[in-house]
Amino acid sequence: MVKKGIERLYLGLILLFLYAPIITLMVFSFNDSKSRAKWGGFTLKWYQSMFNDPVIMKSLYYTLAIALLSAIIATAIGTAAAIGIQTMRRRTKETIMNVTYLPVLNADIVTGIAFMLFFIGIGLKLGFSTMLIAHITFNIPFVILSVLPKLKSMNKFTYEAALDLGATSMTAVRKVILPEIAPNIITGFLLAFTLSLDDFVISYFTAGNGVSNLSITIYTMTRRGIKPEINAISTVLFMAILILLLVITKRREKIEINEKY
Amino acid sequence: MKKLLLVLLATTVILSACAKAPESDPAKPYAGATLNVYNWGDYIAEDTLTRFTEETGIRVNYEMFDSNEIMYTKYKSGAVDYDVLVPSDYMIEKLIAEDELLELNFENIPNIEYIDQTFKGLAFDKNDSYSVPYMWGTVGILYNTKMVEEPVDSWDILWNEKYSGQIIMQNSVRDAFAVALKKLGYSLNSTSKAEVDEAVELLKEQAPLVQAYVIDEVKDKMIGNEGALAVIYSGEAIYTADENEDLAYAIPKEGTNLWFDSMVVPKSTQNQEAAEVFINFMCDPEIAFNNTDYIGYSTPHIKAKEMLDDEIKDDPAAYPSKEVLENCEVFVDLGQEMTEYYNEKWNELKASLN
Repeated sequence: MVKKGIERLYLGLILLFLYAPIITLMVFSFNDSKSRAKWGGFTLKWYQSMFNDPVIMKSLYYTLAIALLSAIIATAIGTAAAIGIQTMRRRTKETIMNVTYLPVLNADIVTGIAFMLFFIGIGLKLGFSTMLIAHITFNIPFVILSVLPKLKSMNKFTYEAALDLGATSMTAVRKVILPEIAPNIITGFLLAFTLSLDDFVISYFTAGNGVSNLSITIYTMTRRGIKPEINAISTVLFMAILILLLVITKRREKIEINEKY
Repeated sequence: MKKLLLVLLATTVILSACAKAPESDPAKPYAGATLNVYNWGDYIAEDTLTRFTEETGIRVNYEMFDSNEIMYTKYKSGAVDYDVLVPSDYMIEKLIAEDELLELNFENIPNIEYIDQTFKGLAFDKNDSYSVPYMWGTVGILYNTKMVEEPVDSWDILWNEKYSGQIIMQNSVRDAFAVALKKLGYSLNSTSKAEVDEAVELLKEQAPLVQAYVIDEVKDKMIGNEGALAVIYSGEAIYTADENEDLAYAIPKEGTNLWFDSMVVPKSTQNQEAAEVFINFMCDPEIAFNNTDYIGYSTPHIKAKEMLDDEIKDDPAAYPSKEVLENCEVFVDLGQEMTEYYNEKWNELKASLN
């Protein structure tokens, strides 16, 4: 009983430690005073002025547009790649998987600068498209990694049975494989969306031409001080990501339960 | 298929015809042009760009940076063809030295007449051929009148042991060294290693009294009465004094740093005239007023200053007298060797803190 209590306390402390900064930020998004040092009473005015700030709204638009587009495209490419990788021979498969892991492990700043140099090298001007390409690229491995385990555990004979029964390989993929791995594809999509939503480093080096996402906009405000509107939009964004993560974990649990039986 | 192609072709023709139409407006000779403007974050009134596009038909791709160095890196990479940059003094000097800026054609910037004569011929652009000042300010001491008893008029007070643990310094090389060099009576652009050595010894002596070396947090700390004395930029000082009425700002008698953020047109521009139209627009009295009013920093624009409330106009923190200004220095680029020496000494100081 005592042991359990201590365990609970320990867990509570860890959670407090992890979430206290975010909770502080959320609380201050309702602060009537501009300064974090002073509590000026409860207000919703920052939420209101956030919507009237063209810079913040434009950044929000780019953040969401890039996140949505990159997640959709990365999901399509990643799923196709996973299906391909699954049918490869062991040797090639291992090599490809290592190549896939590399960008996941690579430091963001290296990836970001590499992208910038690459885009300049091939004569592409930085802007929406370069940022989108970068986001798609760093999202693809995450989609592959979330789809592949399901493909591995799947019964491969169903696909072969479909072929024996006269389905073309495309039809077999569409009618047999895709429905089976659909939950993992959606999980991969949500993961990609979330990662793109809060990426700063890679975006910073690949954006240009007036395109800027929220992370960049917030960062550039540091000299003049973070505007309270940023607390408001961060709260909104945090809640959005939290909900997405909850959905992802719920899905994972469901998938795992389904796999057990 | 053919039909589809035809429809597509027709729509493209119609669309391009539509897109070209506004160019014929004689009042908007640059309509349809696009400018890439690169400015500090949160450094323009919210409606300025919309109004610019409405008035001139020129579209603006607006990007923001958080430090001169980041701006420099991104500009130098050549990744974006910027048309207007807003760097600070020493960075402008560096860009001029590297032959990266274009000489401005002031026929396109008639509003230059509103810029105060005091701000002509500044150290980083002696002939006023490359830059138009946008905002300026000083560096001084922000102090809490309830905690500090002595009059604050000298950098010496930052070495007063009475305020041990209540002094907040700027966490940047040039700003920190400027304080020590000025206290010693040297130029804040000193290129003498002996003087820099003396300055770093002075800073080491001060270190035990310093509560923190910070950049942005200084405002919140002072508002929250967490410190008694802080080195701060004048624009921020005015904001903090609004939030906490015990705070006051002083420019030390030894002199201090006078800084500028100015508009320049870099070589990468695709449309110099449109860029100059933009600079001219930023110097329009009403626009300049809106910007200084929004940002809260001091404006070099005579008409914009006149439009400000008396309370701000007559505030010596925002608009110090000519005598005070004459005692101030603008940062100049130190050259690579001295820059590295300053950095080395700064790191030495920071290392001695641990």
